[in-house]
Amino acid sequence: MATGAREAAQVRGKWLVSGPPILYLLVFFAAPTLIMAAASLRTPGEFGGLAPLVDEAGKLDLNFDSFARFFTEPVYLEVFVKSVIFATATTVLCLLIAYPLASVIATSPKRVRSLLLLLVILPFWSNFLIRIYAWMIILGPNAALARGVNGMLAWFGAGPVPLLFSSFAVLVCLVYVHLPFMVLPLYANLEKHDPALLDAAQDLGAHAWQRFWRITFPLSLPGVYAGAALVFIPALGIFAIPDLLGGPNDTLIGNLIKQQFLETRDWPFGSVLSIVLTVAALALAGLAAWFGQRATRARALVDA
Amino acid sequence: MRKRRITLAKVAAAFGYAFLYLPLVIVVVYSFNDSRLNAEWVGFTLNWYRTLFADDDMLVAARNSLVIGLCASAVSTVLGTMAGFAMHRWKTRVLPILVLTPIAIPEILVGVSLLIFFVLLNFTLGLVSVAIAHIAFCIGFVAIVVRARMAGMDESLTEAARDCGATPWQAFRYVTLPLIMPGVIAGALMAFTLSIDDFVITFFTAGAGTVTLPLQIYSMIKIAVTPEVNAVSTLLMLLTLLLIVIASRLSPSLLRSQESTP
Repeated sequence: MATGAREAAQVRGKWLVSGPPILYLLVFFAAPTLIMAAASLRTPGEFGGLAPLVDEAGKLDLNFDSFARFFTEPVYLEVFVKSVIFATATTVLCLLIAYPLASVIATSPKRVRSLLLLLVILPFWSNFLIRIYAWMIILGPNAALARGVNGMLAWFGAGPVPLLFSSFAVLVCLVYVHLPFMVLPLYANLEKHDPALLDAAQDLGAHAWQRFWRITFPLSLPGVYAGAALVFIPALGIFAIPDLLGGPNDTLIGNLIKQQFLETRDWPFGSVLSIVLTVAALALAGLAAWFGQRATRARALVDA
Repeated sequence: MRKRRITLAKVAAAFGYAFLYLPLVIVVVYSFNDSRLNAEWVGFTLNWYRTLFADDDMLVAARNSLVIGLCASAVSTVLGTMAGFAMHRWKTRVLPILVLTPIAIPEILVGVSLLIFFVLLNFTLGLVSVAIAHIAFCIGFVAIVVRARMAGMDESLTEAARDCGATPWQAFRYVTLPLIMPGVIAGALMAFTLSIDDFVITFFTAGAGTVTLPLQIYSMIKIAVTPEVNAVSTLLMLLTLLLIVIASRLSPSLLRSQESTP
């Protein structure tokens, strides 16, 4: 009897503690997400927003028109493909820059390691817009970089190119903003590597490149996949960077979503675009997790 | 042979650090530059800071950011601590998904879904809707830090308190809470920083009349580059730097908190 009462108290305690955050997130995260998913099947209202759910004839007005629009008008698929290309390029470039950073931090003496790591994370905590603004200055038409590049181009007889408001500016800033997300999981993985493996490989005659490509890199794959997911997913949905640094042709899916909700006010179509973005992001996260697990299993075999 | 590979990696890493910091250094340096154009160094001035503190729109935006940040961090610290505690103690399945998804998916999705939600409910967009939105994504960050702190805690202490006759609340209030306090404070500072800095979700949930610091910066740089933005950026970076350094001192696991996000 006494244990029963104690158990009941424990269940009550569990709900008292986990209940409020669950309730808050159900109301202000899960419900809005579901409403948005449902809005994709509605008809856009005459003055923006949504048309009434039940029309004058009393019929329920749900349709796939907005989905059909996304899949039939090539311009939207083009924007989606372009977003995937930008996000992929960002991921690859982040990996190339992050790998030496992470491996230097992981192999540095213990007492400077956390400082070096903190130095990678700090820029991530500075305001997102400030980091975009910094590139507006660096790539601006009057800045030293643009004058240098265009001076050189003029020397070869080529016309001046704008650095700002271009795909180049968008890509550089995408890499800049997402770099810390790649360094952290890579570092967490590389830090656990056993240096004895590399020594053994060297004793067996493997040179530096072989040691990296045959040992360090395969073992770091779980970190690579985790980092790739952390970079790719936010990069896919970005709208502020193309908005501020891109040219007229650098519209990405994030810009389209923003446009549908704030300018055109076509909520159903905006919701369709958001769903496409969510599905793409989730599919990629799932893929990365699956690859990561496979790589971890392979690693377990090596360890055994 | 192996030595040379390491030096090559070091050079590449040095470039990496330069890439991370040079842009921020340029923003700070030009905030003291006596020229309208952010193009070359002319001379030292504090004029841009004077302009900044005389700019009424900017001051209103700063006040709004502060109010939202304090409310959002207070509420999300309480809810996030509860979530972190529950996630550690009961290994529930629903809670981690609910807590972590808002920070794992692209921010724009959280922003637009809350926009539809508020408009359909006829909820006026403004300071309150922004604070509600900020709390939703801050809970996850606080929960991660608190859970990490709890994982490093000796469970037998709470059990001892219970065996000595403490109620569950007393055991929490006098044993667990003091032990996880550094994590809770770190979480609160982090939530405040995230709220002050947030642009994307605020952009969708603020409505037309409400301006926060990032929204004000956005509308300024959308029109033109002016050193006043450099000045406000420098001050904002200083504030963030201070808060994050304090928070990471209190909770070293903060350095690793991003890894567990997905």
